[in-house]
Amino acid sequence: MKAPRFEYVRPTRLEDAIGFLARHGGDAKAIAGGQSLVPMMAFRLAAPRLLVDIGRIPGLNGIAVDDDGIRLGALVRWRDIERSAELQRAHPLLVEAVRHVAHYQIRNRGTVGGSLAHADPAAEMPGIAVTCDAQIVVVGPRGRRIIAAAEFFAAALSTTLAADELIIEVQLPPWRDNRRWAFEEFARRRGDFALAGVALFYDGGADGTATNIHIGAIGVGDTPVRLTAAESAVEAKRITASIIRDAGAAAAASVKPADDIHAPGEYRRALLGVLTERALARAAGLALREDA
Amino acid sequence: MSGRATVQFTVNGKHYAADVEPRTTLVDCLRHDLKLTGTHVGCEHGVCGACTVILDGAAVRACLMFAVQAEGADIVTVEGLADGDRLSPLQASFRKHHALQCGFCTPGILTTAHTLLSEEPDADADRIREVLSGNICRCTGYVQIVEAVLDARAAYKQKWAAAL
Repeated sequence: MKAPRFEYVRPTRLEDAIGFLARHGGDAKAIAGGQSLVPMMAFRLAAPRLLVDIGRIPGLNGIAVDDDGIRLGALVRWRDIERSAELQRAHPLLVEAVRHVAHYQIRNRGTVGGSLAHADPAAEMPGIAVTCDAQIVVVGPRGRRIIAAAEFFAAALSTTLAADELIIEVQLPPWRDNRRWAFEEFARRRGDFALAGVALFYDGGADGTATNIHIGAIGVGDTPVRLTAAESAVEAKRITASIIRDAGAAAAASVKPADDIHAPGEYRRALLGVLTERALARAAGLALREDA
Repeated sequence: MSGRATVQFTVNGKHYAADVEPRTTLVDCLRHDLKLTGTHVGCEHGVCGACTVILDGAAVRACLMFAVQAEGADIVTVEGLADGDRLSPLQASFRKHHALQCGFCTPGILTTAHTLLSEEPDADADRIREVLSGNICRCTGYVQIVEAVLDARAAYKQKWAAAL
């Protein structure tokens, strides 16, 4: 379908963009890559009266890596992350997750900030943000504030971002050299929304114990979630086949996905258990017997 | 702010200005205002890939952006791939391998594969399939499409070698 009518502005200063959002309240929407918002408008699930195109505002598309971590500007596109040799070293989990975002053409336009603001429960970037304790930097008429990813996603397609606030940056804590990690998701076809997905990392000790384990899931609830029960099954232990099974079972037991047209909730729950096992095995470099 | 907007960009090397509603998608602008009907409209919500055009060097879905967002852009559509009546190497390869049947998806597949090979002339069959997963073809089963793209790589490698 065609999008409903709207007016369009393309400010080149951040304060002007915020001014437009502040003056029009919930009637205005920011657009950058538009890869989620334009389909929402085509389906008329979204009908903003004013689109504020923030795509030409300078200073929002930087990728910076230093001792404090990684900073991604809101306008950084998936293709920028995929092609960044620096990020491949500085945050391989992020790069691997981004390779699963939609399709080639969409990765050429879609942005980090847009994905966070859209807050699809199955989207990769919100999952990485929650798994990795990201901080989301937003600005509005009342100034700048930093929202922890765990506090940012309120419900499906809903965040704690106010209507007159804009995401300008996401910050990820620094990656450690001894880190083991994996990203696993399952979709019926390449590029489809994940039916479920798991991101995880831990710091591997010399004796093989896993510490600082972080496990997050997408596609199994209203928002991305940390799988704390599965984390507890792994933390400070050596990863073995039985620990992997325990973690998978704990992951599956800790979620209650709803039935929808794509899959019954029980299917997603079982899938999450399998993906958790696969991700842990991959991170630990262990072969998994699927029939075990 | 008003009900209509003027947008200017370059398409296939030619400068265009169009007076559009802000809600006009880039693909509708190309087809209805510029009469460049080589780019096809399939799903209009970003899943089929038929409307893929090349925007500032990158393959994008022209149904997933409004024409006004393309202000100042350099756009290449399927009409811009051939040199007059001479098919581009990729197009010639599609003909050689019978890589189309009804042809509806072909403009989007050609523009997608063209940007892929322009950037990655060594792309293997897996990479080609991964990239073309964003383009739905209901006729061919993709086998000949992948063969055609693989076969066209030689021409892009030559272009790379010549540019170095």
